[in-house]
Amino acid sequence: MAKRVLMNGNDAIGEGAIRAGCDAYYGYPITPQNELTAYMATHMPEHRRIFIQAESEIAAINMVFGTVAAGKRAMTSSSSPGISLKQEGISFLAGAELPGVIVNVQRGGPGLGNIAPSQADYFQATKGGGHGDYHQIVLAPNSVQEMHDLTIKAFGLAEKYRNPVMILTDGRLGQMMEPLTLYTGRPPVMPPKDWAVNGARNRSPNFIRSLYLVEGELEALNIKLQKKYARIRKDEILWEDRLTRDCDVLLVAYGTSARIAKGALTVAREAGIRAGLIRPITLWPFPHTAIAKAAERAKGILVVEMSSGQMLEDVKMSVNGQVPVFFEGRMGGGVPLTSTILKRIKTIARIKKRR
Amino acid sequence: MDFTYKKPEALTDVRTHYCPGCGHGIAHTLIAEVVDALKIRKRTIGVAPVGCSVLAYFYMNFDVTEAAHGRTPSVATGIKRVLPDRIVFSYQGDGDLAAIGTAETIHTANRGENITVVFMNNAVYGMTGGQMAPTSLIGQKTATSPNGRDPETMGPPIRMCELLNTLDRPYHIERVAIDGPDGVRKVRKALFTAFKAQVEGKGYSFIEVLSPCPVYQRLSPVDALRFVGKEMAAYFPVRVFRKEGTIINA
Repeated sequence: MAKRVLMNGNDAIGEGAIRAGCDAYYGYPITPQNELTAYMATHMPEHRRIFIQAESEIAAINMVFGTVAAGKRAMTSSSSPGISLKQEGISFLAGAELPGVIVNVQRGGPGLGNIAPSQADYFQATKGGGHGDYHQIVLAPNSVQEMHDLTIKAFGLAEKYRNPVMILTDGRLGQMMEPLTLYTGRPPVMPPKDWAVNGARNRSPNFIRSLYLVEGELEALNIKLQKKYARIRKDEILWEDRLTRDCDVLLVAYGTSARIAKGALTVAREAGIRAGLIRPITLWPFPHTAIAKAAERAKGILVVEMSSGQMLEDVKMSVNGQVPVFFEGRMGGGVPLTSTILKRIKTIARIKKRR
Repeated sequence: MDFTYKKPEALTDVRTHYCPGCGHGIAHTLIAEVVDALKIRKRTIGVAPVGCSVLAYFYMNFDVTEAAHGRTPSVATGIKRVLPDRIVFSYQGDGDLAAIGTAETIHTANRGENITVVFMNNAVYGMTGGQMAPTSLIGQKTATSPNGRDPETMGPPIRMCELLNTLDRPYHIERVAIDGPDGVRKVRKALFTAFKAQVEGKGYSFIEVLSPCPVYQRLSPVDALRFVGKEMAAYFPVRVFRKEGTIINA
């Protein structure tokens, strides 16, 4: 029988990585993700896996680069300022087509910001972050259970597509405790890594690079990457749909914001307002079509985020001006209130349909 | 240590992009000879830096990965920790190792990772067009020190062997120089010592190779060898600093 345990979100990610067969974890202290680094320091050696407290976030992501280049599984984690430091490394992973898992337990920014939960790194995570035309797959859990489950999924996706995968969460989900069922299946099994640099035994040497100096070579790589991104967009979009079939007001929120939005949705439904919710689980690729479809009969959309409105742009792109899109959010570590969201839902519900 | 003078198996049979008189081609050959002599070609993994030797993977006939600028020893660490029976080395220039990657250099040595670091010190940035390196000599004219390196505003050159020798964990630290046939033989001997130490699981080894770069040292190939052997070696003493884990006094 599957084991039910009580854990905080950061630990749940760590245990998920171990159960996904993560061979090496590299981290550097930063709040609010420290529980994860400490969890790995304790438990990776128990499984005879590698744990290193690196000298910096930069060193940590490059240790990940080495381990995944060698054909093994690796993860690093940090929080917003530290994730900024990792961007060069993520771009290199994308350019060299290497799998790696990166966890961002977001905190308030910009700059050193604070240590309160935030969702202000959405642009950085979904639109590039580092230099060059690339995408990482971005997974957004909204419970301790999903912190665990999506970590296992992240390792599978990273290797399936030879692409970096980010788990984009926040300090609130990282710190809070919830019961969860631990994964008891086998680690994701992937095709043999015939590209890895692990010693040229019975084959010609492999080399891993993201430098292409011959004219046309780099363009060819970029075309190849874009084809891969198209496949990911086609096959890997995930979202949760709640009561959108008849909704007048469509809420769109992810992670912690989605939990608060769900609370407001329940109260709105009790008050007779037909509200629904789309919760993107993959932020890249983004569920544009699901949102457009759910919004077909809606009077308006309310996007809820702990930012100035970043995912808001993707939602607007989804409906392409066909439905009015409103925003409720707080910045700098502030968390939206159910009551405020409810007030906005009521206002949108009063809009007279023009169509 | 028997070496036969032929093209090593660990070297590919292609023409390099290096300039005439450059030390990289010599160092590549010496590493390949050592890899052949130790019969480790099929389990050797090189980590190439950002700099002139970024294309080393075209010349090495074993597995090689690129690394972000300065992060070469971190990538090597990430490989070696999960594949401890492989022979992992980083090959880095002075900008990669002693400027942008100083933190990684020091901490990798301090952890005593069982890898070999080959540090090509030619006192100048080559790939980007001859800028001042952390190891450029006092008074040395470069694109970014046009009036010569002024220690008052630019700091004096950094001696990496001496700096790393303050740490407890390194097993072997040695500085050698490509300054003529005898120097080249000593470079090969030092590389052999370092790679052999790793094969035997002894720990971290660091070989600094003073190297000619005629184009950006602004000298003829022959004068560049003299610059390495005389001027560079006067500031960067050519000797063994750490042997079998023990500090060797000058």
